[in-house]
Amino acid sequence: MTELLNAILVVILVLNLFTLGTSRIQSAIRMVAVQGALLALIPILIREKFSLTSVIASVVAVLLKGIVIPLIMNRSLRSARIKREETPLIGLLPTVIIGAVITGLILIFSKMVNVPGGQTTTLIVPASFSTILVGFLLLITRYKAISQVLGYLVMENGIFIFGMLLVEAVPLIVEMGVLLDLFVGIFVISIITNHINRAFSSLDTRRLDSLKEE
Amino acid sequence: MKNVLIHLLLFLFLSPLLPGIINKTKAFFAGRKGAPFFQPYFDILKLFRKGLVVSTAASWIFMAGPIVTLVAVATAGLLIPLGPFDSPLSFTGDVILFVYLFGLARFFTTAAALDTGSSFEGMGAAREVTFAVLSEPALFFALLVLARVSGSFRLSDILHGPIGGVNVHTVAPFVLVSIGLYIVMLAEASRVPVDDPTTHLELTMIHEAMVLDHSGPLLGMVQYSSSLKLFILGALLLHLVVPFRAPQEWLNWLLFVAEIFAVAVSIGVVESIMARLKMKKVPYLLTGALILCASGFILLVR
Repeated sequence: MTELLNAILVVILVLNLFTLGTSRIQSAIRMVAVQGALLALIPILIREKFSLTSVIASVVAVLLKGIVIPLIMNRSLRSARIKREETPLIGLLPTVIIGAVITGLILIFSKMVNVPGGQTTTLIVPASFSTILVGFLLLITRYKAISQVLGYLVMENGIFIFGMLLVEAVPLIVEMGVLLDLFVGIFVISIITNHINRAFSSLDTRRLDSLKEE
Repeated sequence: MKNVLIHLLLFLFLSPLLPGIINKTKAFFAGRKGAPFFQPYFDILKLFRKGLVVSTAASWIFMAGPIVTLVAVATAGLLIPLGPFDSPLSFTGDVILFVYLFGLARFFTTAAALDTGSSFEGMGAAREVTFAVLSEPALFFALLVLARVSGSFRLSDILHGPIGGVNVHTVAPFVLVSIGLYIVMLAEASRVPVDDPTTHLELTMIHEAMVLDHSGPLLGMVQYSSSLKLFILGALLLHLVVPFRAPQEWLNWLLFVAEIFAVAVSIGVVESIMARLKMKKVPYLLTGALILCASGFILLVR
């Protein structure tokens, strides 16, 4: 089963790079949705015995990350009438290269990290670290509010991968709680983006400092 | 002996069917009836019957271009194993020869394009070489990953390695390399996200711009060798993507033919749902392929 797990994790890493490389926000949303849904499926795939709770958790996570959150984000994207991240802080190709270098370095050095219960054969630890860092990179380099939400989602995916080390131990209620937090977070941010858009007629977070009274 | 014969027959006579399948798939997506499957054969035969017009500015290089290309690609076809069978020609280190036969073909195509003295073709040649700078190392990294897994430098061993060798450590690099190789295949065969084989009159094209002055049998050779190239790269990719083997020999050949047709259909689907990339975006895609193959290698040796 670890073959399948590694194959999925490496696809996650590729999706990270594609998310960094695309300037169209809609396709970035789609990538992150695919990533989230794939990740949510992993607990079912790697567990030998099926339990009802794990199936429920996965199904809810797939629905939420693969369908509901992308729908909300597409909605706020449409109402904001923007399509692209035009001028990121660092250009698209350099971000991809930085992301790839980060991923490569983490893959090389991840064996030094001693995680309790962590196996060195699977890619869980390096995949989670590099996904978290790619999320950071998205947050840092993008100016549009929606892209920053995407960065946050990618980071959450990375943390989710890390949680897979504890897949047997985490009770259903905790997972549901995390998903609820995520959902509410995205929901609120989408509403806020709409308000930012209405108030400033732009989603550029650099303009937010004009809230200050002069 | 029988298998070598089947290899040659499939390689030489089946490959023009692949562009036919791609076009049929595209026609299906567009809701058209499309040209018949065997249209590429008719086109090539028609071109071989036609006369030849050569520019007065051109030298022997112009004539040599398509011929050397065809010979180089056909030789590469002898080196690649199809399905579970060994290739007709194999020796230690043939993997380097394999990659550089493509390099030789590219050199002569671009030299012939420059030889015509047309600025248009020179532009196409410049683009081809620019993109090759990125796609060639990607191909090398991919083969390096496979060579490391199989511990051999014979192309037959390298590509037969994946069958038994898929385990925890190799599956992740294989996934990366497969994605990278698919992009390289699209670029090398000048298919859609990189190049558009259907437009002959756009400023954005690459491969078609280089062969504008070729006519008659020379153009026929160009088209034939590009379909051979597609066949070779598809066969290379198949070793990674579908390492399944049937117990009987004849079933394996059938399986291989079905798989290579599936590759053609997948290219047709990609062409139908994607637009050509902007010229300045193409290096991004190829750099992506290079990064994927290189990180596959890092993943393997870490």
